[in-house]
Amino acid sequence: MTSLTSTAVVVPPHSRTPVLFKPGAWLAISLVVGVFAVLPLLNLWLPVEHPWHVAQHTISLLGKFICFALAALALDLVWGYAGILSLGHGLFFALGGYAHGMYLMRAANPAPGQLPEFMVFLSMTEIPWFWTFTEYPLYSWMLVLLAPGLVAFIFGYFAFKSRITGVYFSIITQALTYAAMLLFFRNETGFGGNNGFTGFKWILGFDITSPQTRAGLYWASLLALLGALLVGRWITTSKLGRVLMAVRDGEGRLRFLGYEPAGFKLFVWTVSAMLCGLAGALYVPQVGIINPSEMSPANSIEMVVWVATGGRGTLIGPIVGAGTVNGLKTWFTSTFPEYWLYALGLLFVLVTVLLPQGIVGLVRKTLQRARGART
Amino acid sequence: MGSRVLRWICACIWVWMASAHATTSLDPELAKQLTASQISQRLGAIETMGQSGSPQAAKVLEALTLANVFVTPQGRVFLDSKPPIDVLTGEPVAQIPEAAERVRLNNRLRGALQTEVAYALLFAERPDTQIQAARQLQSRPDATRVFILQRALDASSNTEVRDAIAVSMAIASLQSDDLAMKLDAIEQLGDSGRGQFKVALQALLAQSDNGTFDQPPSVRDATALALEKIERQQTIQTWLGNLFFGLSMGSVLLLAALGLAIIFGLMGVINMAHGELLMIGAYSTYLVQSAVQAWWPAGIDFYILFAIPVAFVVTACVGMVLEKTVIRWLYGRPLETLLATWGVSLILIQAVRSIFGAQNVEVANPNWMSGGWQVMGDLVVSYNRIYIFFFALFVVAVLWLALNHTRIGLFMRAITQNRRMANCVGVPTERVDMFAFGLGAGIAGLGGVALSQLGNVGPDLGRTYIVDSFMVVVLGGVGQLAGTVIAALSLGTINKLIEPMSGAVIAKIAILVFIILFIQKRPQGIFAPKGRSAEA
Repeated sequence: MTSLTSTAVVVPPHSRTPVLFKPGAWLAISLVVGVFAVLPLLNLWLPVEHPWHVAQHTISLLGKFICFALAALALDLVWGYAGILSLGHGLFFALGGYAHGMYLMRAANPAPGQLPEFMVFLSMTEIPWFWTFTEYPLYSWMLVLLAPGLVAFIFGYFAFKSRITGVYFSIITQALTYAAMLLFFRNETGFGGNNGFTGFKWILGFDITSPQTRAGLYWASLLALLGALLVGRWITTSKLGRVLMAVRDGEGRLRFLGYEPAGFKLFVWTVSAMLCGLAGALYVPQVGIINPSEMSPANSIEMVVWVATGGRGTLIGPIVGAGTVNGLKTWFTSTFPEYWLYALGLLFVLVTVLLPQGIVGLVRKTLQRARGART
Repeated sequence: MGSRVLRWICACIWVWMASAHATTSLDPELAKQLTASQISQRLGAIETMGQSGSPQAAKVLEALTLANVFVTPQGRVFLDSKPPIDVLTGEPVAQIPEAAERVRLNNRLRGALQTEVAYALLFAERPDTQIQAARQLQSRPDATRVFILQRALDASSNTEVRDAIAVSMAIASLQSDDLAMKLDAIEQLGDSGRGQFKVALQALLAQSDNGTFDQPPSVRDATALALEKIERQQTIQTWLGNLFFGLSMGSVLLLAALGLAIIFGLMGVINMAHGELLMIGAYSTYLVQSAVQAWWPAGIDFYILFAIPVAFVVTACVGMVLEKTVIRWLYGRPLETLLATWGVSLILIQAVRSIFGAQNVEVANPNWMSGGWQVMGDLVVSYNRIYIFFFALFVVAVLWLALNHTRIGLFMRAITQNRRMANCVGVPTERVDMFAFGLGAGIAGLGGVALSQLGNVGPDLGRTYIVDSFMVVVLGGVGQLAGTVIAALSLGTINKLIEPMSGAVIAKIAILVFIILFIQKRPQGIFAPKGRSAEA
């Protein structure tokens, strides 16, 4: 269906043992990660009046953006590389968030055996079966990856086996997250209903609001993003990655060549969902709340525009895009709140019509032109 | 033969008497008694008026419930309002005569008045007033007054009024000491099939403290039978009701999804802004309503007839502009159209918010669309839903004609089947695309008119329906209109039939699972396009 003819990632045709990055790219990555990693230190060590001091507010904002970038990267793996447009990644993001949120809820209790506050409020007598063991952080973090992964696997298994592709797939993922949102909104399902999970106090015994813990969460997010970047790079430069790109550019032809795309798609789909769940899990302690509105179709589709703006089919694009769009959002909603929807809507239209390769594509094209002019 | 003539004459005389009785003016003596010093005398006057069955007496009693009433020694009655009204003639007067005396009421009289007004209003001229009065009396049954109800029953020719009065009579008769009358009444209540009578009937089965039954066995048997009958009827009613509301919801979905299906079939584009086109249709209805209100208040009942073409044209124009400016550039990239149209939908929502405000606007049903039709027992079906159902069928019929019997319809079908081939044989695909987009958008506008009659009209109107209408398109496929019709109606019905068992949310999820399983079997929807158009 999709014909993205210009392959975004240039893979050396005969490299048996693919190198992840060229030395220059390694250098750039370490430089950027280093700069971002230093920021919390500037917040912690420098006094407030110092010109280099970074505000607490900026750190938590950047921490949030890093989580968004991770989610965008996950989405790009399926959309940019395998041509599967998901309008339901908000579901995986929220599932990860809920899995971690339940641990935080139970950690916030004064006594270990006590029920979380919202359950008492809804007159529940015991923890529902799917929340057993969530008082153990390790299990809870496993759940962060397993819950979205399992949902994605089951859904993907049926969807890819019956060859649901293109727009059909997108719409069904949207319906999936919509249905899940309705389910989580219910009080009796054990997800805290309308209010979701909030009122976190401790994480692994540290005070969740202290600047030190904040910095720790920020570094964890940064590390997760770096890890996801490496995993993504590893997947996309492997042979499997090439099959995925073939799925994107001509699924029919690939099938005629004797490949069964379902397995490849299912793999990348599940990995993407797990990464997205991780993003949600890191996001929740930093903002202090998770509720069903994270699963609203509008949120998922906004994630897609991060990827589109940055440049899909590249790994750096979604990170740039998530930062740009969310930066714009922060600026707009504080200066002209009523114009933000206009701006976002225009962004959707302009990016899809004028900039199909996103910011990264634009930069690449300008560089190429400049190089062409020089020679 | 002879007896028939005799009966006819009797009937004539009776009708004449009844009409004469009804038109005779109120006895001035009776009116004067309303101002008597003794409470019992005043009460007597009110009761006599209530039982007289004369419209004039009804007017006086109604006036008494509204405001202060003055009576002259000549027996003329005035209502103290601005301006004062002569109650008997209904005409306003300049001033209430000096000699008139105020009718003083106390709580006891007011209580009696309520009942008497109801009895008097049984003889009112408007059927809905009569029905309301009869319903009111059902909560205050009085076996000694059955004769009044009987008289009202005989005097009325309207079937609905007669039904309501008959039920009131039956309830009153339950209190009667006459066994035959009581059994008759029980049977009648059982036939009515209305849940509200169950309490009255169950009271007949009650045991007193010492374990003996209040009622004889024959009454108890009849009551048990009647209760069972009501129970059975209620089950049928619930099912019918769910079925009907399902069809109604299906017809709304149909209006919302038709345009979507056409556009998707033709261009492979899912228009995410489709919900907002519905919203624009609803807002057009609101604007037409305001315009009619301002310039032609007498025609307010027919504003909807103007709203239909206006909404169609407005949304069709929006759709064509959208096609020309955005979608044209994205052909062959269906996933990106999804994003671009979503962006358009955000802009449209915010634009409507800026113009009309974030609050809902008021769109009223015209008179002829409000109210409902009592199908059986408690099952009342509102007229607006019925109209919308038939409106949806009408739109489908017109669309079918347009697709199958016009040149542009032929072109559209050709492009749906094979765009390249159609282009090769000279179909102007670009123009057809634009018209088709306009048509699809226009139908969404019609859907918006329908939605404005069912619920709130606000900027977020479209969002409620969009996911469901996508599901209709996925389920119905794109080859034929029939797929969309069947998918919409069955999704609506299934949803409403599951809902009472499991709640709305589970019903939604169940339907989603059903759709995913369904497209395992038929990935192209109910009616897949035939031919060799293998996916590229």
